Amino acid sequence: MNQPLAPTPDMRKVFDKPDLLLKTEHSLCPGCGEPIALRLMLELIQELGLRNRTICVAGIGCYTAFPMIMDVDVLQALHGRAPSVATGAKRVRPDAFVFTMQGDGDMVSEGLQEVIHSAARGERFTAVVLNNGVFGETGGHATATTVLGQHTKTTPGGRNLELHGNPIKISELIAQLDGAAYVARASVHTPSSIKLTRQYLHDAFQCQLAGRGFSFVEILTMCPTDWFVPPEAGPGWLADNLKKTYPLGVIKDQEGARG
Amino acid sequence: MSRRVLMEGSCAMAEGALQVGCRFYAGYPITPSTEILEYMAVRMPQVGGVCMNAESEIEAIGMVWGAAGCGVRSMIASTGQGISLMQESFAELANAQIPIVAVNMCRGQGDYFQATRGGGHGDYRFIVLAPASAQEAVDLIQEAFYLADKWRNPVLIMGDFLLAHTSELVEFRPSDELELPPKTWATTGAQGRRGITLSPLGPSEKLSTDLASALGKVTEKHPAIRAAEVRVDSGWVDDADLVVIAFGFPGRFVKYAVRLAREQGLRVGYVRPISLWPFPSAAIAEAAARAKALAVFELNAGQMIEDVQLAALGRVPLHAIGGISQDHSGFGVGPALTVENILGRIRDVYPRAAA
Repeated sequence: MNQPLAPTPDMRKVFDKPDLLLKTEHSLCPGCGEPIALRLMLELIQELGLRNRTICVAGIGCYTAFPMIMDVDVLQALHGRAPSVATGAKRVRPDAFVFTMQGDGDMVSEGLQEVIHSAARGERFTAVVLNNGVFGETGGHATATTVLGQHTKTTPGGRNLELHGNPIKISELIAQLDGAAYVARASVHTPSSIKLTRQYLHDAFQCQLAGRGFSFVEILTMCPTDWFVPPEAGPGWLADNLKKTYPLGVIKDQEGARG
Repeated sequence: MSRRVLMEGSCAMAEGALQVGCRFYAGYPITPSTEILEYMAVRMPQVGGVCMNAESEIEAIGMVWGAAGCGVRSMIASTGQGISLMQESFAELANAQIPIVAVNMCRGQGDYFQATRGGGHGDYRFIVLAPASAQEAVDLIQEAFYLADKWRNPVLIMGDFLLAHTSELVEFRPSDELELPPKTWATTGAQGRRGITLSPLGPSEKLSTDLASALGKVTEKHPAIRAAEVRVDSGWVDDADLVVIAFGFPGRFVKYAVRLAREQGLRVGYVRPISLWPFPSAAIAEAAARAKALAVFELNAGQMIEDVQLAALGRVPLHAIGGISQDHSGFGVGPALTVENILGRIRDVYPRAAA
């Protein structure tokens, strides 16, 4: 069953892991959406020939396991601080390709001020937020993007408007800022949405390479463990809950945002 | 050709940093450290560097983290309150072994514990240097960049209001640095090699799971730093009955008061720790072995005196002759910081048997 098929002349390879992914196993939960996002980013870095000048600035969350399996330089930042660290990196190495990888807890809860100011300054790095509406690593606690009605360990009975307030639509917030040149929200819950995510990431990366200003991609990712559903139910839960609060699409694509 | 110029301590330190290759500065205005930021805003672009007026102290230290992590000599300055906000990053910069130079232009000397113990988490240490004049501040900040790179450890310069705002003649005389190893740990883009991770959480090598030895390296170097980097100024200690210990700008007042005491026939000496970590414990122990009493003058409620106690190990009586001293501004330049007051306090505690 697990033996690979012997290749025959009519077989051709149609899919492989990117070379920049050093290991195919990851330590995240079954059904997690974050590895899909990682694979897309690494594929694009490879495809665009950016590997040798890439600096990834990683935040703190489940995805903090990724730096050790990514064959690019990674600056590990503290929780919430990746945009400032990326600012310092990109300012002293303007020729580097710099992108951040944060979760919703990291960016929108802990570090909201940092990403807002970085966007307003039009820092020329690409910020990626993996939004699953929950603190995954700590075991299912509410973040600033937990949607109304969502059950977490700190919103027992569901996120309640009166008690917990409203979730933050981070992409729409960033898009208002003049320094933001490209803002899009994607998702990895269906094959077609994964293809679109790849397109948005590609366009955001190109925005940085053209020096047009701040580029931002929010990616909705599955977290069945902390949504308390079986792994296979993750994509459906995302479509029925996260996606209804956070509509997908390109929110802003502006030429020469920085003037 | 070096020449002496009249400069405020703040500006002199900023210029000194630029002259040893500091090319990134981020700061947030706060008295009395603001002039460093102002100076950098003008001068940094002239030397091809970057100065960021960050939107918070937390963002400023993050920016410095990013720039220093990419291998560029980077600096930050603030005052105790702002330095408090940076403590999480300070601790983790030490754990990631990223060299930065930080300056705390304190209000008074109440930040001794903050500087030498740190408000961050874990087993980290900062090398801490406390200049007593603008010239010494220039020399020490230039050395600080070397020490930070040498040990891959942050270095903090602890100054104060008087150091920041007193104009003195200074000369920029960067000493020839010994050769440093290339910064192969810096994230520069992989440039043909295997990618690396620069992290406070664990190893640099991809796929490695050896967290213990990565974190071990952070503290394994501490004994060597203690052995190599003690800096101390002392005088009239050999025959002293009373040795006064003081650091920073107030240490300069103490030195003068001790000279006056000598002129008045009192056998008084002084020890001025220049490195607060590593602390010059041996010099204090030596003084304690010879003198009849020790006294500590510091502009706080009693902080460095704990390090003096640890070094003196109860051999002789130890007197606190400083204290919190404020004027209306709150910047820590109060009535206690006069030569007359210090001389009076020296007379108060001078060993009676010897007097």
